[in-house]
Amino acid sequence: MSEKKSILEKISEGQVWKSIFRGGGVPTTRRQRMMVVLNSVFLHLHPVRLPKHAVKLKFTWCMGGLSFFLFLILTISGILLMFYYRPTIEYAYTDIIDLTEQVPFGIMREIHRWGAHAMVIAVWLHMFRVFMTGSYKPPREFNWSVGVILLVLTLLLSFTGYLLPWDQLAIWAIAVGSNMAGATPFLGSEGPGASLLAIGDVNFITKASDARFGLIGGRFLGEATLLRFYVLHCIGLPFIIMIFMAVHFWRIRKDGGISTPV
Amino acid sequence: MEGFKSLINYISNPTILFTAILVGFPFVFPPNDWFYNVNKKLKIDKLWTKKGLFVMVAVTIVFFVFGLGDSDFRSIVLKPDNVPISGLIILLIFFTWLSMSQAYENDKLMDEGKPVDEYYEAPNDKVLVWPDLVYVELISLVLFSAFMLIWSIGLPAPIEQPANPSESPNPAKAPWYFLGLQEMLVYYDPWYAGVVLPSLIIVGLMAIPYIDRDPNGSGFYSYKNRKLSASIYLFGWLVLWNVLIVIGTFLRGPNWGFFGPFEYWDSHRLEALTNVNLSELFYVKWLAMGLPSNILLREAPGLIIMFIILGVLPVLLAKTLLKKFYDELGYSRYAIFVSLMILGVLLPVKMYLRWFFNLKYVISMPEYFFNF
Repeated sequence: MSEKKSILEKISEGQVWKSIFRGGGVPTTRRQRMMVVLNSVFLHLHPVRLPKHAVKLKFTWCMGGLSFFLFLILTISGILLMFYYRPTIEYAYTDIIDLTEQVPFGIMREIHRWGAHAMVIAVWLHMFRVFMTGSYKPPREFNWSVGVILLVLTLLLSFTGYLLPWDQLAIWAIAVGSNMAGATPFLGSEGPGASLLAIGDVNFITKASDARFGLIGGRFLGEATLLRFYVLHCIGLPFIIMIFMAVHFWRIRKDGGISTPV
Repeated sequence: MEGFKSLINYISNPTILFTAILVGFPFVFPPNDWFYNVNKKLKIDKLWTKKGLFVMVAVTIVFFVFGLGDSDFRSIVLKPDNVPISGLIILLIFFTWLSMSQAYENDKLMDEGKPVDEYYEAPNDKVLVWPDLVYVELISLVLFSAFMLIWSIGLPAPIEQPANPSESPNPAKAPWYFLGLQEMLVYYDPWYAGVVLPSLIIVGLMAIPYIDRDPNGSGFYSYKNRKLSASIYLFGWLVLWNVLIVIGTFLRGPNWGFFGPFEYWDSHRLEALTNVNLSELFYVKWLAMGLPSNILLREAPGLIIMFIILGVLPVLLAKTLLKKFYDELGYSRYAIFVSLMILGVLLPVKMYLRWFFNLKYVISMPEYFFNF
C-alpha cells in the first residue's frame, strides 16, 4: 500500500499523540472505538456501549448532561468572577458595577447568572424526564434520592449566590428567605415550640442564638451574612455537591446504566 | 381589546384560575380508569399530537406577543429575572407534551401487543458511545453554549440600587424558584410554608421510589399502567409548584396583592382583610359567647378537626377507600403515603377556606407561635 497519509493521520500516529491518548490512529474499527472510551479518564464516565434509545434526544432530553455542563460553565465563570469580587459590604456592590461598566464585552456575570437560572430549570426538567420514564424504580431508588439532594443543593447554590451583588434585589430576596429560618420549629426564636426549650425563665432559643442567627451570622443581614454566603457559595456547597455528583454518576453505571424496558 | 384584557385579568384571579386548573387537571392527566376513559372519549389526548403541540405553543406565544403591547404586562414580563420564567412556561408545555406524546404512543403499542419504542434486544441493538453518543453530546454542548452566549449578550443581568436595609421594596420577593413557597405564606405561617413544607417536599420526593414499587413501566415513557402515580406527580410538579411560581412572579404585586397581567401595580390599593380564626368562628359567631381563656379549650375545635384529619381519617381510609393500598404497602409505607397526600390536599383546601370563608387559622396559638 503506497497510499499517501493525510496530515491528521500522521499526527495521530506520531509519538506525542500516542503518548497522550494511549494508542494512536483514527479509531475506525469497533475495537479501537471501544478503546477510546476505556482509555480516557473523562469519557469513561460513559459505558462503552449503550442501548440505541439512550442516544436519542427525544428519550433523554439531554437534561442531565446539560445540568452537569452548566455546573462546569458556572464553575469556570464563577472562578473568573472571584478575581474581581470582594465579599465585603464596602466593595461588593461597586465591584459588580465595575464588572459591568469597565470590562469591555464583559458578559461573565450574565453567563453566571443566566447559567444559574438555566441550571435550576435543567435540573427540574431532568427530574421530570426521569419520573416520566419510571427510571426511579428498582434498582435506581437510591440514585433518585441522591438526585433530590442534588436538586436541593442546586437551589441552595443559587440562593446563596443571589445575595452576593449586595443590591436591593439581593438583600430583600434573601431577607424573605432567611426570615423563614427564624420560624423553624423548636430552633427558631419565632417558631412553634421554641419557648419550650428553656430552663425557668432562661430561653435557649433567642434572636441571638436561633437558626436564623446561624444562617445569616447575626441578628441582621450584614457583613457576616455576606461572607457566610460567599464562602458557602464558592467553597462549601460546591464541595458538597461534587461529592453527591460523584455518587450520582457512579451509581448510574452501577445500577445498570440508563434505564431500559425490562 | 380593553374588554379582552379585563376578561384575562378577571379569569387570572387565583380563585378562578386555580379552580379551572383543579377541575380540568384530572381530565387531562387522568388518575384512574374513569377519568382515563373520559379523557379518551372527549379526545383530550389530542393534546399530545403534533397538532396539539402546535396549538398550545401558538396560543402561548400569541398571548405573550399580544400582551407585550400592554405596558403593565411588559413591565413585569420583561424584568430580567422574570425572563427565564416565561421561557420555563414554554419549556414546560413542550416537555410535558414530549413525555405525554411518547407515553400515549407506547400505551397504544402495548395495547396492540407490540414492543414499546424503547425496546431493544441486547446485544444487537446496542450502539457505541464513541462516536454515537459523543457526537450528540458535542453538538448539544456547542448549540447550548451558543444559546447561552446570545442570551448573555442580549439580556444584561439585573443590578438595582445598593442594598439598603432600612428601605424595603414592595413587594419583597424571594428568588423566583421559591415563589411557590412564598405564595403559600399567604395561607400558612412561615414555620409551615417556609420550613416544614419544603422539608416535606424533599422527603416526599425522596420517598417516591419506596412507595411506588411497581416495577412495571421502568425505562420507557408510559401512562396507562401508572395513571395514579403519574397523575399525583404531575399535579404536584405542574400545579402546586410551577403554577404557583407563575402566579407568585407575574400576578402578585404590592403587599402581595393579586394583580391581573394587564393591571397596574398600584401600591395604594386597599384590600379589606377580615380574616378570622376557626376558634372565633366557633365560639363568637356560632355559639355567640366569648373566647374561653384556656388555650386548649379555645383551640379545641381546630385541634379536634386536625386530629380527625391526621389521626382518624388515615385509619378510616385504610379500611375503606384505600384498603388496596394499605394491603399493598404495609403499615409504615401506608402511613407515610397517606400523611403526605393529606398534607398535600390540605394546601388547596386551605386556599379555598381562605377565599370563601376568610378563615385565617384552624389552630391559632400565637402564645407559642403555633398557627396552622
